Amino acid sequence: MPEAIMKVFRGISREAGEFKTYKVPVEEGMVVLDAIHYIQGFLDPELSVRWNCKAAKCGSCSAEVNGYPSLMCKTRMDRFPEGQEITVEPLKTFPLVKDLVTDVSWNYEVNKKIPPFTPKPDADWTFMQEDIERVQEFRKCIECFLCQDVCHVLRDHDRKDVFAGPRFFVRMAGLEMHPLDALNRAEFLKDHAGLGFCNITKCCTEVCPEEIHITDNAIIPLKERVVDEFYDPVLMFFKKIFGKS
Amino acid sequence: MADYEVHEHDVLVVGAGGAGLRAAIEASASGVSVGLVCKSLLGKAHTVMAEGGIAAALANVDAEDGWQTHFRDTMNGGKMLNNWRMAQLHAQEAPDRVRELEQWGAVFDRTREGKILQRAFGGHTWKRLCHVGDRTGLEMIRTLQDRGVHQGIDVYMECAVTRLLKDGQRIAGAFGYFREDGRYVVFKAKAVVLATGGVGRMFPVTSNSWEYTADGHALALRAGADLIDMEFVQFHPTGMVWPPGVRGLLVTEGVRGEGGILRNSAGERFMFKYLPEATRKDYAETEDEAKRWVDAAIAGQKTDARRPPELSTRDNVARSIYLEVKAGRGTPHGGVFLDISYQDAERVKRKLPSMYHQFKELADVDITRQPMEVGPTMHYIMGGVRVDADTGESRVPGLFGAGEVTGGMHGANRLGGNSLSDLIVFGRRAGLGAANYVKALNARPQCSDDEIKAAVEEMEAPFKRTDGKNPYELQRKLHEIMSTYVGIFREEKDLKTGIARLEELTDEVRHAAITGSKTYNPGWHMCHDLTNMMLAAQAIAQSALSRKESRGAHSRLDYPDTDPHLGKVNTSIYLEGGEVKLKQTPLPEMPEELKQLFVKKEATRNA
Ligand code: SF4
Ligand code: SF4
Ligand code: FES
Repeated sequence: MPEAIMKVFRGISREAGEFKTYKVPVEEGMVVLDAIHYIQGFLDPELSVRWNCKAAKCGSCSAEVNGYPSLMCKTRMDRFPEGQEITVEPLKTFPLVKDLVTDVSWNYEVNKKIPPFTPKPDADWTFMQEDIERVQEFRKCIECFLCQDVCHVLRDHDRKDVFAGPRFFVRMAGLEMHPLDALNRAEFLKDHAGLGFCNITKCCTEVCPEEIHITDNAIIPLKERVVDEFYDPVLMFFKKIFGKS
Repeated sequence: MADYEVHEHDVLVVGAGGAGLRAAIEASASGVSVGLVCKSLLGKAHTVMAEGGIAAALANVDAEDGWQTHFRDTMNGGKMLNNWRMAQLHAQEAPDRVRELEQWGAVFDRTREGKILQRAFGGHTWKRLCHVGDRTGLEMIRTLQDRGVHQGIDVYMECAVTRLLKDGQRIAGAFGYFREDGRYVVFKAKAVVLATGGVGRMFPVTSNSWEYTADGHALALRAGADLIDMEFVQFHPTGMVWPPGVRGLLVTEGVRGEGGILRNSAGERFMFKYLPEATRKDYAETEDEAKRWVDAAIAGQKTDARRPPELSTRDNVARSIYLEVKAGRGTPHGGVFLDISYQDAERVKRKLPSMYHQFKELADVDITRQPMEVGPTMHYIMGGVRVDADTGESRVPGLFGAGEVTGGMHGANRLGGNSLSDLIVFGRRAGLGAANYVKALNARPQCSDDEIKAAVEEMEAPFKRTDGKNPYELQRKLHEIMSTYVGIFREEKDLKTGIARLEELTDEVRHAAITGSKTYNPGWHMCHDLTNMMLAAQAIAQSALSRKESRGAHSRLDYPDTDPHLGKVNTSIYLEGGEVKLKQTPLPEMPEELKQLFVKKEATRNA
């Protein structure tokens, strides 16, 4: 059976940790998470990793494979040429817990602050499939946080204090575009979620395993909403006169 | 003694899948303080993997549907061994629970009139499953999660409960550890709701996630509750069989609901010949009739054609596939073919998007052009903690349960789609039951230091053993025993061997050892998970040995027929002096007016 050379990050701090090399037999159709499980089951029971579904449905097994933010359960071993070392390391944007596990609790804090779904009081709960295609696209999100990991505002500039990140723009777009939602989140997006920090580099869209068009379908329409609300000259004029929109 | 932190709540919910979240929301809404513990991160629980849909008789697509029919289908699917009251409440309340999800922000696929769309599923008379493509579970868990976080529920993520604490007979709290750093925690709680899901990780081929290690089953047994119907283990007929790394991964029943056809390697559409006599007339007789049904379903039209034979109940389809493969008519990788490629490719991608991607990415199969290869995979346990249908309370005061960890609702076999509805109907009821129980209590029960000390020692032990066994190796042994002796088809001598080998393995598990620190140490976690799985494995094997008949998911080669006498009893498992004990208890009798709903005579062959 062919063997793969896995270089896996081990340790409880980025500085003191190091890559350990393991040789793993490769079966047909194997994914990187299988290799990690092999290491756990046969070579090193202490190796820490998150996973649940093994089917790219739960978003638990995010890591950087050869430097690319990936779901390990979806990354086939045969993508890499035989003999090439495969490095697996934890997401860079979040604090390390141990080995491949990072502390992603910040994301849950952000989520709590988002103004919740608020249906119109007179909603009769009838709406058409065509009206929800977009919303359903956003609701495919499995919260893998790969987009958060790759976005430079978080990864390079660590602006977790002011920026909600692409995952939560997707979530807010899903709420804003729900045909029966009555809330307006423009102000929240501008002042609390830091939408303005996004400069549309599309890196988030590229890594999304659910193929959500994060930038084009969620972020840009949200930016347009914020512009309409706060910077549209005609609207501003009316606001001045009537005190509200 | 090692340090531990303490948290105090009125109600502690263990498990944050659909049932746990729904229970926590309900308890919290009724004004008590709620803690919610989950082994994974929030939103990753096994519910996320549910694909096909939620069964609820909304009658949006088939106007003839109603709760009585749903009730009857559920009881028939469960071979009349269900707790009738649970099945009744479930059928009556599921529609409201689904509408409530919609009002909390879930976005279901729509009918042409803009209502919630419903699809056909095995064993359901009418099109009944509300769905979002094939990712219904994700929609449900996200909706509940987002609802829950705005309600002030305290969530303890990546935390495992290892013991329930009691004050005399009553529940007083729970003990556990945080996976992140291994620190211990005591939850003082007046009531505990178990919503821990199932037991699948004791089987090598399973659709279940790593979390499914029978935690709630074991916690309940050790706290004095009893488990019923543990012999009923559902093998889902269609799991992936290739590549090896994903063997067992679920292929949603939605594929068959949308018209997927099963064939053996000879090209024969074999399900026609496995239809049980009792229900044969509910299914199409010819390929042509089945095709007319599918065409009408796609066009959203009425038809007099009957549904395809692939929509027989899960237990029956799983056995049929097993037998076809065993008879040498299997596919190259040891399954059968499931084909939806004859349909319009764009429609398949739209209705079954995750299946399309799953096969494309993991197996190099384009399901719009080629058939899939599928075979049975351990999927669900019908048995579990015996609870009161209305309140979810077990026989231990203050201990409640909801969802897969409980028994009774699904009898001998669960219908697809009845699990998600089970979670929200009984999650809500258990949350309410626990809140009401708490409100009626006079004083807070006290946790005893002795119990906490014992719980700490139990967790510390694997680090102290020097000559111990590797927990992963022990899990592989457990896999081998369960798949060899306690599988789809059972027989007395196999079960007896299995039980003896489980006993030996239980001794070895007592010696499981691990090195390293407590920081996110999966081997350490496994040492404890194994003790839970061993208990539940014994419960399954002994229950299976005691039921000398075939019924629903329980198929005995040595007793192929159903025995009407055994249709009146549940198998109950409990602990006495640390030993697993078994007795048969009478099945609650259905009231007359519900009996009237069953006109057909009972079948004598099990199918
Ligand atoms: S498009 Fe915006 S959110 Fe996405 S990665 Fe670029 S800056 Fe970040
Ligand atoms: S939007 Fe995509 S990349 Fe971001 S968390 Fe969701 S699924 Fe992951
Ligand atoms: S394990 Fe669920 S996404 Fe990889």
